[in-house]
Amino acid sequence: MQEKEGRKWWRNFAEDSISSILVPLLAVLTAVVIGGLVIALSGGNPFFAYAGLFEGAFGSQKALSETAVWATPYIFAGLAVALAFKGGLFNIGAEGQLAFGAVAGALIGYALPDWVGHDIPATLHVPLAVGAGVLAGTLWAAIPGMLKAYTGGHEVINTIMMNYIALNMTSFLLNGPMQDPVLTSVSSRTPPIAESAYIPQIFDGLRVHWGFVLALIMAVLVWLVLWKTTLGFEIRTVGSNPDAAKYAGINVKRTIILTMAFSGALAGLAGAIEVTGLNHRHELGFSIGYGFDAIAIALLGKTHPLGVVLAAFLFAAMRNGATRMQFLTQIPVDIISVIQALILVFIAADAIIRFIYRIRIKGERVVLTRGWGG
Amino acid sequence: MMVGREVILKVEKNIAKPGDEILRVENLKVRDTRGLETVRGINFHVRAGEILGIAGVQGNGQTELVEALTGLRSMVGGKMWFSGKDMTGRPPRPITETGMAHIPEDRQRHGLVLPYPVADNMILNTYYKRPYGVWGWMMPEAIDRNARKLIDDFDVRTPSPYVPVKKLSGGNQQKVIVARELSRGIKLLIANQPTRGLDVGSIEYIHKEIVAMRDRGIGVLLVSAELDEIMALSDRIAVMYRGQIVTTVDAAKVTREQLGLWMAGAHPEE
Repeated sequence: MQEKEGRKWWRNFAEDSISSILVPLLAVLTAVVIGGLVIALSGGNPFFAYAGLFEGAFGSQKALSETAVWATPYIFAGLAVALAFKGGLFNIGAEGQLAFGAVAGALIGYALPDWVGHDIPATLHVPLAVGAGVLAGTLWAAIPGMLKAYTGGHEVINTIMMNYIALNMTSFLLNGPMQDPVLTSVSSRTPPIAESAYIPQIFDGLRVHWGFVLALIMAVLVWLVLWKTTLGFEIRTVGSNPDAAKYAGINVKRTIILTMAFSGALAGLAGAIEVTGLNHRHELGFSIGYGFDAIAIALLGKTHPLGVVLAAFLFAAMRNGATRMQFLTQIPVDIISVIQALILVFIAADAIIRFIYRIRIKGERVVLTRGWGG
Repeated sequence: MMVGREVILKVEKNIAKPGDEILRVENLKVRDTRGLETVRGINFHVRAGEILGIAGVQGNGQTELVEALTGLRSMVGGKMWFSGKDMTGRPPRPITETGMAHIPEDRQRHGLVLPYPVADNMILNTYYKRPYGVWGWMMPEAIDRNARKLIDDFDVRTPSPYVPVKKLSGGNQQKVIVARELSRGIKLLIANQPTRGLDVGSIEYIHKEIVAMRDRGIGVLLVSAELDEIMALSDRIAVMYRGQIVTTVDAAKVTREQLGLWMAGAHPEE
């Protein structure tokens, strides 16, 4: 019998692995170069700008701490989107799930002591507040999961629509039933949460909190679940080939709902951790964009938990360092959004990168979404 | 076929010693994806240790029939007993667990997860059971052992158990499926177009395996549009035309020409 594979299997394997990191790396590099050109064209010095960016992101203990603070919600939300991708689902709804996670976390954070009539120990209050956020995200994401499983309604459309509902509901709650009675210039926000619901900081004087460590632990957990458990096998099989999954006896509908629920749980966690670890209340507008950046992070990280952590750090460093860059070089922080958008373009249309750098097509292509009822 | 000569599919086999009935289907009705009833009231049975071939031009309801029997497609009417149990309308998992093996018609769509390594494809429908899954955890050693054994036993040509199955040739992909399905403790094998598009070597190999299964007392339901394949392997032949079985005959007492006429819609008369 004639064999097609002339080359050694380990060479194929090595090339696949390199190629799966190569494209994201080159996408970032290319975006940075083009971003530099944009800076130069607008009269700035790109080298000073990037030096400022780097200093702002990593230049001091405080800078490092702030980068980790930025990275925390990015990791959670990036994992949420990446997990859904592995199950063949494009969860654009992380933003809304995150918002409801933050609302639920804040509600339990400030209102629970009043409801029970006395103080609650932190060992109980923190898990309850965070758990409420997880539950809210889970339920909110399970709805488009059920719609997909039982009616074939496409999750992309439904999660976008659910975002509108969630964000406007949040706006209503923060301006109405959950509004802080102490009115300041910022009116759309909840009362501060009780100190018993605070996630403690890791170091005195730095804002980085234990939620960051939890984010890293979650990345390991997601990896374990996806690649070491039968549940992960089911999720990945449904994601790779739903027909073969059915043949294998996997309950495809149940797996789709579970995948969305897990994804929503991670997004809800992102919101609840921001409230309990950092802001200590929910304020309208604080989370705008985390859920959408998470899509870029999941794609840049090739939907792998380790890749998500690295991509989250990159985005966090850019967001954090941008202020310092603007301060030092007067280049507006918006250039960061340009660079991040370019990265996403190069990842989504990786043919551009493969063409520029003459990379032959190897490895898995990320399947963004299947057609209706797919 | 591109071998420069007429390939004669002669399969060495002894006379079947059929045992008890393993599969019985009564008045089965199935609709296709468009909603048309393409299986219109079918009755047949398969006994242990025999090969029942279903002959027919493609598109006469064979695909829907097999999908219904394996739980992939819902039935509109009728009954199905497998291994003495009423399995009408059950999903794939309990049917598989009762001892049905299925070599699907579209191997890349139903039979394999192409980006998965060979080893994972070899446990595609047993991944959750011991020794591969223990308390919800995958057991890489057991999966590895199984893969190496099956690659050896079924002569799968692959550089490693961890190569994505999509990198194998069509014949070796089919062998991965055959190895997985035949290595479980099974009572009935449903093989739908098991050799379509394969090279001669793989065809001969798979034919030998199917006959070997029959000789071990396993019932085989063979669906094929290849008249030669049906003639070479079957003990009894049922001819399917427009969603119905027009006749069932002893394979030794029928000619190729006669079968061809029935498949084209000629009415069988004594």
